[in-house]
Amino acid sequence: MTAPPPEPTVRTVDLHKTYSSPRGDVPAVQGLDLAVAPGEFFGLLGPNGAGKSTTIGMLTTLVVPTSGRAEVCGFDVAAHPVEVKRRIGVASQNNTLDNDLTGAENLEFRGRYFGLNAKDARRRADELLDMFGMGDRRDGKPFELSGGQARRLMICRALMHRPEVLFLDEPTAGLDPQTRVNLWEVLRDLQQQGQTILLTTHYMEEAEALCDRVAVVDHGKLLASGTVADLKAEAGADTVITVGYDGPVPEGVAALRERAGVERVEVTDGQVRVFARAPEGVLGELVAVGSAAGVGVTDASQLRPSLETVFLTLTGREYRE
Amino acid sequence: MTATDSTTDAAAPAPAAPPVPIGRPTLARTFLAMMAREVRVMRKNFLSTFLRVVIQPVLFVFVFAYVLPKISTGGASFAQQGSGPTFATILVPGLIASSIVMQGMMAVIFPLMMELSWQRSITDRALAPVPVPLLAVQKIVAAALQALIGGLLVFPAVLLIHAEGQAPSIHVGNWPLLVLMMVCGSLLSAAGGLLLGTLMDPQKMQVLFALVLLPMTMLGCVYYPWAAMDGVRWLQIVVLANPMVYVSEGLRAALTPQIEHMPFWAYGSVLVLGTLLLGWWATRTFTKRVLT
Repeated sequence: MTAPPPEPTVRTVDLHKTYSSPRGDVPAVQGLDLAVAPGEFFGLLGPNGAGKSTTIGMLTTLVVPTSGRAEVCGFDVAAHPVEVKRRIGVASQNNTLDNDLTGAENLEFRGRYFGLNAKDARRRADELLDMFGMGDRRDGKPFELSGGQARRLMICRALMHRPEVLFLDEPTAGLDPQTRVNLWEVLRDLQQQGQTILLTTHYMEEAEALCDRVAVVDHGKLLASGTVADLKAEAGADTVITVGYDGPVPEGVAALRERAGVERVEVTDGQVRVFARAPEGVLGELVAVGSAAGVGVTDASQLRPSLETVFLTLTGREYRE
Repeated sequence: MTATDSTTDAAAPAPAAPPVPIGRPTLARTFLAMMAREVRVMRKNFLSTFLRVVIQPVLFVFVFAYVLPKISTGGASFAQQGSGPTFATILVPGLIASSIVMQGMMAVIFPLMMELSWQRSITDRALAPVPVPLLAVQKIVAAALQALIGGLLVFPAVLLIHAEGQAPSIHVGNWPLLVLMMVCGSLLSAAGGLLLGTLMDPQKMQVLFALVLLPMTMLGCVYYPWAAMDGVRWLQIVVLANPMVYVSEGLRAALTPQIEHMPFWAYGSVLVLGTLLLGWWATRTFTKRVLT
């Protein structure tokens, strides 16, 4: 893994967040170290409940860290929240549009909160609405918008004051595939214009499609980070073959460990998982071993190297979206 | 204002020029922009918001200062013993006070119910470049403004609606006192609303009306002066816990000084110190709700 440039736009050091609840403390983020370089499209990838939104919350000053440090544009989020807020744009996972205002007014007032005068704010709002193809929704109320339109409007709103960093928390969750791909294009354009973007997602393919670098998190901990290519290489670039049997896993599968190109064989109840660099024939062999032992195959899958196999390799668990 | 970002370009190795924030936010500018947002929303909802505020006091004076005196001596006889004050005279400060308090509390609680519920639309303004406690202050000031407007709108109605011979007798001897009472009463109610709204579970707001707002009005010295309660001494003491009593009595002192009312040191200190205390407390609870 190559070290990021010396002055990261976003940096966290041993960042922790524990929520206290009546039933005890719930650790959400446990010692996260991240660094996002200027101009980078950085993805925070992990299943639901991995601590991604809490991390974004801390970086955007709305969640107070329990310990550790988080800096955005050189300012500590806990000590200088106002300085941080001036420099960031945030599109949260929830629809937080102001329903008392029209679409254009949502943008106008966001601009004015950030020190633009009314005229400049309106002009910038028009510019962004046109850029995002939302010109015809100018005077509509936010609750009349479709899911995709609301996300676009929230991204427009986040961009009103030309933030140095754009935070996007699950920008495409719940959107249909076409809308998602359209939004990806918009985000790629933004990055090409020099926008630093930190995005969280639980969609593997979204991280693969958009991000320069990815940090994989689960249970509030960093599992790995690097470019998608690095991660695949580091985690072994394995193809993962999983086979489920209708009986006990036959002993014969252990022999696959000796097979050339097989890195690892994991046996859980009723299921065997083989991590292989040379996957050819492995699936067939697993079926054959089964029938020799008199057990049938109930399901089988073969995943080519991807972030999903990286996740499997790192955690030994299926990726739960 | 367009960005003049040429000076900072050199520092960034990014492929394209990284954005440099435009606009020059100061705390005052952001605060005023937030107030401008409230005024825009208020303008849009003016009719529905203030119709709601005005209708209750209008009906009240209509029934008690017009209909009842016409049909019998029932309701009106309470206040009018011999050459005593008309009931309208008692009602004018009381109804203005109740309008201020109701509007001040609802103006902050209703939006807060939405903003703190699961979508947390409060995030929109919590991300504005001001400290979160200042956002709380802004919410109090905005709701107080609505309370003040609510109070002013009730004035003409309660002054003009009455039966013949039942006209309220209003003398403003001390204008600064009236202004202080209106402003302080508005701020106190807004701060109290923010405190309740941030302490209560948004799902249980219905309870608020039954258990808090209604008793506050009925026992807020709206329909009778505090001094007149000395026949029910225990109640006279219990209602001292109700902030609306002080707003009513303060306005009574300012509008109908001839009616027996609390001394200034009593209502004045509760209104001023209470506003500061509730404001400080609400700012804290609000900040706790917004920052997790």
